[in-house]
Amino acid sequence: MPSDTMLRIGCGSGFSGDRLDAPGPVVDALIAAGGPAALMLEVLGERTLALAQRERLHRPEAGFEPALIALLRPILARCVAHGVPIVTNGGAANPRGAARAVLALGRELCLPALRIGVVEGDDIRGTGALDDLEPWEGDAGAVLEPASVIAANVYLGAAPIAEALRGGAQVVVTGRCSDPALALGPMLAHFGWREDDWDRLAAGTMAGHLLECGAQVTGGYFADPGVKDVPGMAELGFPIAEIGADGSVLITKPEGTGGVVDRRTVTEQLLYELHDPAAYLTPDVVLDITGVSIAEEGPDRVRVSGARGRPRPERLKATVSLPGGWLGEGEISYAGPNARARAELAGRTLLERLRMLGLERGARLDLIGVVSVFAGDAGVPAGSEALAPSDLRLRLAVATGTREEAERAVREVLSLYCCGPAGGGGVRTRVVDRIRTLSFLVPRERLSPRVTLLDLAEATA
Amino acid sequence: MSTVPLYRFAHARAGDKGNRLNIALIAHRAEDWPWLAAQVTEARVLALFAHRGATAVRRHDLPGLGAFNFVIEDVLQGGVNGALNLDGHGKSLSFHLLSLPVEAPAPD
Repeated sequence: MPSDTMLRIGCGSGFSGDRLDAPGPVVDALIAAGGPAALMLEVLGERTLALAQRERLHRPEAGFEPALIALLRPILARCVAHGVPIVTNGGAANPRGAARAVLALGRELCLPALRIGVVEGDDIRGTGALDDLEPWEGDAGAVLEPASVIAANVYLGAAPIAEALRGGAQVVVTGRCSDPALALGPMLAHFGWREDDWDRLAAGTMAGHLLECGAQVTGGYFADPGVKDVPGMAELGFPIAEIGADGSVLITKPEGTGGVVDRRTVTEQLLYELHDPAAYLTPDVVLDITGVSIAEEGPDRVRVSGARGRPRPERLKATVSLPGGWLGEGEISYAGPNARARAELAGRTLLERLRMLGLERGARLDLIGVVSVFAGDAGVPAGSEALAPSDLRLRLAVATGTREEAERAVREVLSLYCCGPAGGGGVRTRVVDRIRTLSFLVPRERLSPRVTLLDLAEATA
Repeated sequence: MSTVPLYRFAHARAGDKGNRLNIALIAHRAEDWPWLAAQVTEARVLALFAHRGATAVRRHDLPGLGAFNFVIEDVLQGGVNGALNLDGHGKSLSFHLLSLPVEAPAPD
């Protein structure tokens, strides 16, 4: 396929905690392939954004993804030299602050012509749009008190990203936008698809959805020894999508990397975090994957076709973050003869102590080694008594309204050292504040996404 | 017929949105999809997640992909930001679904 009819989009990060060295091999492969290409870095979690908003209250220049510069440092100069734009949502609560940090990196790396595109307008606090929200179906009945809002961000679409790229941005930094838009933006800029070309937008969005979690389509979060084996887990190749001007989509990964791309990895990721497969709502298009077919064209090369699109929704999803109280956690181990009985005695003792302190509501015990994640909300299930493993870890988790209560509760785990059953060891405790998030819908006309281009040349002058 | 875990015939991946969990269930072999469809019903999956407080299950069928998408409501104790479970996302629950017993047809 001639290069001008094909665009390669690589993904170098699939979430805010992803491997920092993942983008390198993707960038190498994009450059080696030679045609038009872009790199997306998805780094923004719901919680990340709220934490960033909080951090910005204390340090106005902060509030963007802390790992952004570490991700960009090894690849920025190569991407700029070879014309591979980078699109990232690492702007979090402060896209402009992130852009300034990237400009500083450009200065350090001697990239005097560096141009950054900043996409803003996702933050709807103080815009009036907050007064006009309707709860998303999954949060029906939610009521919002505007004064307690920590962060409120709408998922923007691909159009502002495309605008920044058409304006010559070599790095585009956004706050909240739909994850697939990080891939669709470069496609709109490259192919010039109309904004009502629903089937192509659907194909591009599907490609973005397959890319957005990084290695989850190339063998990450997939391996099950003996059933679904994945080679080279320590050096998983992150994905590259080959997009045709007609909306064709092929998923692959850099040669010589670990991982696998096959029908199964692609199917798992295609359905990831999806609800109705006939109506995956994004800001750009309503994607229908019910007619999609997946075909292996060669080793680690999978063609995905048949996405259909319908007109984009008139209301966009917004995530609102609110204070969520405190979480206290404490753990202690019991091992060897009669370990289970000693651990259970410790658990009963803890609950009694919490009752004495008035903190038993919202407490939960797990007996790790018997059950760590499959229990119901009440903790250790009935019927597990027959299990008597000899190396156990008792876990207390408690939700409280204040930090002091959470600290008081987990102190009781520590107190088991001298006051609990024989042989307890390895206490760890942790107290964190929580952020509650709710989803709402905002009428599109209430939003005004903005694109700003920042040049290192001007910033330096 | 023999009773075996669903795990023998399918693989799965879970994802969360708020208090809603989705589990994509994918048959290893496309030819197993019809009898899996007959056995892995919304009612059985709801019962499997009853201890987690599930209130409703919707199954979306994707025969062309040899897959099903189960959307399970209210199973995450309010969602990752409120849950006390170590796995507040419910990511490990894909393997809970795969533990469901199914009656495998005798091989031809």
